[in-house]
Amino acid sequence: MTPGTARWALPASLALLAVLALLPLAIPAFWTANILGRAIVYGIVAMSLTFLATYGGFVSLAQMMIAGTAGYAVAILVPGAVPSILGGVPYALAIPTGLLAATAMGLLVGLISVRTQGIYLLMITLSLGVGVHLFVQANIAWFNGYEGIRNVVGPEILGLPFRDTFVFYYTALATAALLYALVLYLVRTPFGLALQALRDNPRRVSALGYDAPLHRIAAFGVAGFIAGAGGILVTFYNIGISPGTIGLGATVNILVMSVIGGLGHPVGAFIGAVIFTLFDTFAADLYDRDRFNTLVGVVFLAIVLASPDGVLGMARRLRDALAPRPQGRADGIATSRAASAGPPASGNGA
Amino acid sequence: MEPRIDRRRLLLGAGAAAAATATGLAAPAIAQNAPIRIGWLATLEGPFATGGQDGFRCMQMLLEQHNNQAGGRRIEVVRESSNAQADVALARARKLIEQDNVDFILGPLSGAEGIALRDYSRTLTGKTIINGSSGASDTTLRNPSPNFFRFNTDGVQWMAGLGNYVRRTLNVQEVAIVAGDYAFPYAQVFGFSMEFCRAGGRATYLWSPLGTTDYSSIIARIPRTAGALVVIHGGTDGLAFMTQYAQAGGSLPLIGGSIMADQSMLSARGPHRRLMLGMVSGGPIADVHDDPTWNEFVERYRRRWSNEGGFRSPSIHGFNFYTAQQAALLALEQVRGDLSGNQQAFQQALVRLEFKNAMGAQVKLDHNRQAISDIFLNRIEERGGQAATVTFGRTNAVNQTLGVPEAQFLQLGAPSRDNTGCVA
Repeated sequence: MTPGTARWALPASLALLAVLALLPLAIPAFWTANILGRAIVYGIVAMSLTFLATYGGFVSLAQMMIAGTAGYAVAILVPGAVPSILGGVPYALAIPTGLLAATAMGLLVGLISVRTQGIYLLMITLSLGVGVHLFVQANIAWFNGYEGIRNVVGPEILGLPFRDTFVFYYTALATAALLYALVLYLVRTPFGLALQALRDNPRRVSALGYDAPLHRIAAFGVAGFIAGAGGILVTFYNIGISPGTIGLGATVNILVMSVIGGLGHPVGAFIGAVIFTLFDTFAADLYDRDRFNTLVGVVFLAIVLASPDGVLGMARRLRDALAPRPQGRADGIATSRAASAGPPASGNGA
Repeated sequence: MEPRIDRRRLLLGAGAAAAATATGLAAPAIAQNAPIRIGWLATLEGPFATGGQDGFRCMQMLLEQHNNQAGGRRIEVVRESSNAQADVALARARKLIEQDNVDFILGPLSGAEGIALRDYSRTLTGKTIINGSSGASDTTLRNPSPNFFRFNTDGVQWMAGLGNYVRRTLNVQEVAIVAGDYAFPYAQVFGFSMEFCRAGGRATYLWSPLGTTDYSSIIARIPRTAGALVVIHGGTDGLAFMTQYAQAGGSLPLIGGSIMADQSMLSARGPHRRLMLGMVSGGPIADVHDDPTWNEFVERYRRRWSNEGGFRSPSIHGFNFYTAQQAALLALEQVRGDLSGNQQAFQQALVRLEFKNAMGAQVKLDHNRQAISDIFLNRIEERGGQAATVTFGRTNAVNQTLGVPEAQFLQLGAPSRDNTGCVA
């Protein structure tokens, strides 16, 4: 992260948070719960991928599955779920268990994929994701197969039901803000710096005496924790969880959110999630109902074509272009750096 | 470099315009004497896409017949699509109710979706969900929701008479049942097994998840002793199974689930069509049924849709959605389009409705707001060079528990892969 970016990152983040906190007062409840709220909870899962991709250079397609691990763990434990698998465990205990399960699953995915890079990492995480999806779909005793576990209504917060639009929204927002801050903090710690070094030159990091595999696995564990928090909120949002929630389609959706938002900064995941949710919800109003998925696809294609590093990259290059710059440096350099999942190539820092 | 910046600005401008359009749609449009808004929710994606399209066709046909009016008010339709996944159906239903402000929903199509929407309907006041074509038994049998209505019969009911026919008339001792691993096939398997096993039959069950494409392992496990094969798949799953069974040289007599022996299957091309001739099935409709109401309905359907991608004859999903909307329009007429007072009058009217569906069968609701109606036994025959289902038997006024007292039926437990209803 360049000093130029760091200077505005904190105030900008706080301003964004304030806007998001006040927005529900001005917009219909549907937008609060089903556009912003939904974007935030899926954005958290997408951020776990962005964290791995941006700071570690690992594109993992298992993140939705890991989120589902937490969701399923909670659904299996809590009272009121239909069917009740174990049941009777209060939310205060079930939620930490879910987070623990997701972290463990994240570590496991990291461990299994520790020796792979690039396309092979993609394949191994994809197969893990699809494998777990097929497993929960086939397993009736623990996961209730195709239908999944329903009626997971979420805990009461300060005596208010989780189903209340505002309770859900502000819980999701607070969770997202905390996890977002955690990521920004983490990448400044020695662990985070080592992780970024690992991304840029793994051999040199190993030569310096760092345990590269351990750092990788730990990064997957952190991403697992983040995805787990998202997964639990997704489960509450959907009033339950079924294999479709963690299937191939959902996995790809998370990847699409991360990519159109921009891999480069964790905020990209949320930007991508908002755009995705808007189109997923309204494309059918804008275009032929039988074929609205075409519109969704075309829009995402247009974003990635116009800017390989997503909306974030688009905004940055627009800023660079608008800023007066006497020397005509080819901006192709910035593009190619960002496209290789580099840090935000801020023109100011150059 | 300048032109490139311009292009970017252009793209951003386009993005902003799109965002503005989306925001504009958010503005609620409620006025006095406003039209009645109906949300149509069916699967235009996924394994039941063709069934969902046919649902929309039949409902549109009915609305056109009524000049888009009921109870003196104009009707506006908001269409939404899901993909047979519960969470997608739920998201779309939320959008219809909370964003599009529809008065009631007609939908969804598939079993797990129906249960999800039943649960959602319970959280709503002053809104109604009238089931489209989903046929899971528990949607209305256990934990029914006061504002969820189902005017189509369910998967258990559709099998009325079939188990007895296979065991007693066809004299088959043992069957292999291949079925999808989710709520709707559970119901169908339950309805079939209840009669078949009670009559002394034995059954082997082979389950596969919805969306399976390779059935070779299932086909390999069909026991040699089986005297008939009961196929309870539908949509693309049914097509894939039947194609692979035909290619594997399968030759057992076939018994079909209700969405198997249907135009959505018979209209598809492939080797399965030869095999399906003679298939016996049970369900609420058939292509060929000697009843003036039905003949008129089919005639109208063909006239309207033969050039626009319609089937040769309405599908079961089309028929179910049509029945649901028939009920909605009748109730709207009775309350003169008055949906005020949290729709209480409208819902009361729905509860008390008795009408003839397109098959000419009487429909009324039980105390769980679930339809009681007639079920037909069908056989697939060659009619005019094309395969069609033909009725040859009828059970009148089949209720949700197949005539078993409700308490006793509930004690059998919810249909599932471990509870197939096969008790002697």
